[in-house]
Amino acid sequence: MSNLKLIVKREFNAKVRNKSFIIMTFLSPLLMVGMGFLIVFLSKVNNDKIKTIAYVDGSAYFTKQDFKDVDGIQYKDLTALGVDEAEKITEKEKYYGLLVIPKTKNIDELAKKIEFHSDDTPSVNILDNIENVIEKNLRTRKLQEFGIDKTELSASNIKADIKLSNFSGEKTSKIIGIIKTIIGMGSGYLIMMFIIVYGASVMRSVIEEKTSRIIEVIISSVRPFHLMLGKILGNAFAGLLQFAIWGVLIFIFGFVLTIVLGIDSSELHAQTPQMQMNSEQLEAIKEIQSQGKIQQILVEILQLPILKIVVMFIFYFLGGYLLYSSIYAAIGAAVDNETDTQQFMLPVILPLMLAVYVGFAAVISDPHGPIAVAFSYIPLTSPIVMLMRIPFGVSWGELAISMVLLLLTFLGIVWFAAKIYRVGILMYGKKPTYKDLWKWLKY
Amino acid sequence: MDNLLVAENIIKNYGDYRALNDVSLAVPRGSVFGLLGPNGAGKTSLIRIINQITLPDQGTVYLDNEKLEAKHIKDIGYLPEERGLYKSMKVGEQALYLAQLKGLSKKEAKARLEYWFEKFDISNWWGKKVQELSKGMAQKVQFIVTVMHKPKLLIFDEPFSGFDPVNANLIKDEILQLRDEGATIIFSTHRMESVEELCDHIALIHKSNKILDGKLIDVKKQFRTNTFEVGIHTENTEILRNELNEKFSISEASFNSIYDNLKLNIQIPKGTSPNELLQFLTSRAEISHFVEMIPSVNDIFIQSVENN
Repeated sequence: MSNLKLIVKREFNAKVRNKSFIIMTFLSPLLMVGMGFLIVFLSKVNNDKIKTIAYVDGSAYFTKQDFKDVDGIQYKDLTALGVDEAEKITEKEKYYGLLVIPKTKNIDELAKKIEFHSDDTPSVNILDNIENVIEKNLRTRKLQEFGIDKTELSASNIKADIKLSNFSGEKTSKIIGIIKTIIGMGSGYLIMMFIIVYGASVMRSVIEEKTSRIIEVIISSVRPFHLMLGKILGNAFAGLLQFAIWGVLIFIFGFVLTIVLGIDSSELHAQTPQMQMNSEQLEAIKEIQSQGKIQQILVEILQLPILKIVVMFIFYFLGGYLLYSSIYAAIGAAVDNETDTQQFMLPVILPLMLAVYVGFAAVISDPHGPIAVAFSYIPLTSPIVMLMRIPFGVSWGELAISMVLLLLTFLGIVWFAAKIYRVGILMYGKKPTYKDLWKWLKY
Repeated sequence: MDNLLVAENIIKNYGDYRALNDVSLAVPRGSVFGLLGPNGAGKTSLIRIINQITLPDQGTVYLDNEKLEAKHIKDIGYLPEERGLYKSMKVGEQALYLAQLKGLSKKEAKARLEYWFEKFDISNWWGKKVQELSKGMAQKVQFIVTVMHKPKLLIFDEPFSGFDPVNANLIKDEILQLRDEGATIIFSTHRMESVEELCDHIALIHKSNKILDGKLIDVKKQFRTNTFEVGIHTENTEILRNELNEKFSISEASFNSIYDNLKLNIQIPKGTSPNELLQFLTSRAEISHFVEMIPSVNDIFIQSVENN
């Protein structure tokens, strides 16, 4: 046991004192924050250029009221000049494009005959904007054709706001769904990153012991299993330290940069395309911002099963990391150098990628759908997928099944990995095949 | 006899391949025991079993009359053939770590390391990284970490590879000194001249079987050929050569001599005393050189391996 402590300490020190570790730890938060602000800055510059769109309205249905200037788009009425003249002006003045609305009073026909002339292919944003303007106007006219009064029309514009609550009567809002998604996806993604980065680091550390030929010296003093475990734990502690430093530094850098550059950090979030929110969710956010429901959200966050989330995060984090890093350790033991690891990497990366994809696709659309549930039971994907599901409420029964399966698989895989590790570390020279690994299990 | 290490009927299989076939071995306390054999014979497999790196499929190993178990790790020092150190770790730190793994306290380990570093005159290496050392320098550190916990049993697998002759001698003297201080040494090598020099017992493993073992001198007696190297001065070499050829089997010998004009290796029939040969020779010529040809370990090794 005291040997295990010695090994963990050495692995931790070896990792933490490494120059590249120190550089990565302090440089990458700077880079990440810097990149974030760069993106905001660039997209700001990009949007700052206002595009002028000229229009010729033959139908005389549209007014300056319809074509309001919006973010980045300015409309110019050239109806008086006629289409031919307007085209010349558009080219001369280097306007972005010319919108031609034909001379017809038939709404249906009109809707199909509007044209937009432009040298560029207009972006979806611009087309959306133009189409919205036109559709809104024409819809109103059509309704009037049916004899519906304008006031009746605005009165009929009813917005439903469904109040969500569970059966114990606690009220929730739509925004909490977004928060749950963020918590779930965030922790799942975090685990995947941690496994890939620090699992590979365990593997490299095993390979280093093989190539430097110290392995047999160590193995004559400690049991191979202790060495493997010590490596896995030592690297994990180094990783946790690095993550903690990153968290603190990103917070500090972000704070400092926000103040220095005067960039609103909410803009940062808006520009980061992490989450594809649909318009309803966006409206929900707006609604909350406008109605000052922040307090209510805080209350709702507190109503989330926070303890459950934290405990389960720790369990799945440890389970997932230990499971995968022992596979990484076995791979490291089986080969002589890093280039030989490629053939064994696919079976490790594949379930991880699958878990994240399933998480982002299946869990978001239906956290309790059959695919999401199945993948949250399968041990190689459960650490990621189950964590994504937990904020949406997973019963203890389901958790128990998933946890027991993970635990059993963990024990099995560690046994398996330890066997391969034990034999592999003393094998030099030959690049092993899967068949060799199978043979080693029987040594 | 008092044996420190006894291995009984060890069998070890790797899949379908049998690496050790019913090998038994007794290493007397205080001896330097040569474990010999061609490449792939099973030496390293046996050594790994003694070090508890792998377990035998059958058979038992006893250390100091106790069945081998985890606590014996600290009683054994092992210098493997495939050896090395953490390249980016500092020498002193690394040695401390390895000593602590062998059960020494940090304080004790430090004191002993200082003694050894001073002895080898390498105290200024303490803060250097291993990658800054030459191969020979690293080997010295490696030797120190093998012996510093004062184990009862030391196992050296090709200890002299990587050393220049000066340092090889230094290590050789250290090994003998450790033996004099009471350690028992198992010494595995292909370099037969160092076996002659160091070992008092040997065992030969070939194709997973032990084919020979015992005290070096007994083994040599067993391989005695009754051949004598003789330097003769005579007027007529041809007559004497023919006479000898009728009675014994002879071959040309070569050694330094200023007087002899006939140099021969003469093998006498088993059971014959060398005195008979001497009497025969002295009655006919002057003899200035008469030495029994003792089989070298190298000869014994090659002969045994070829006969099997």
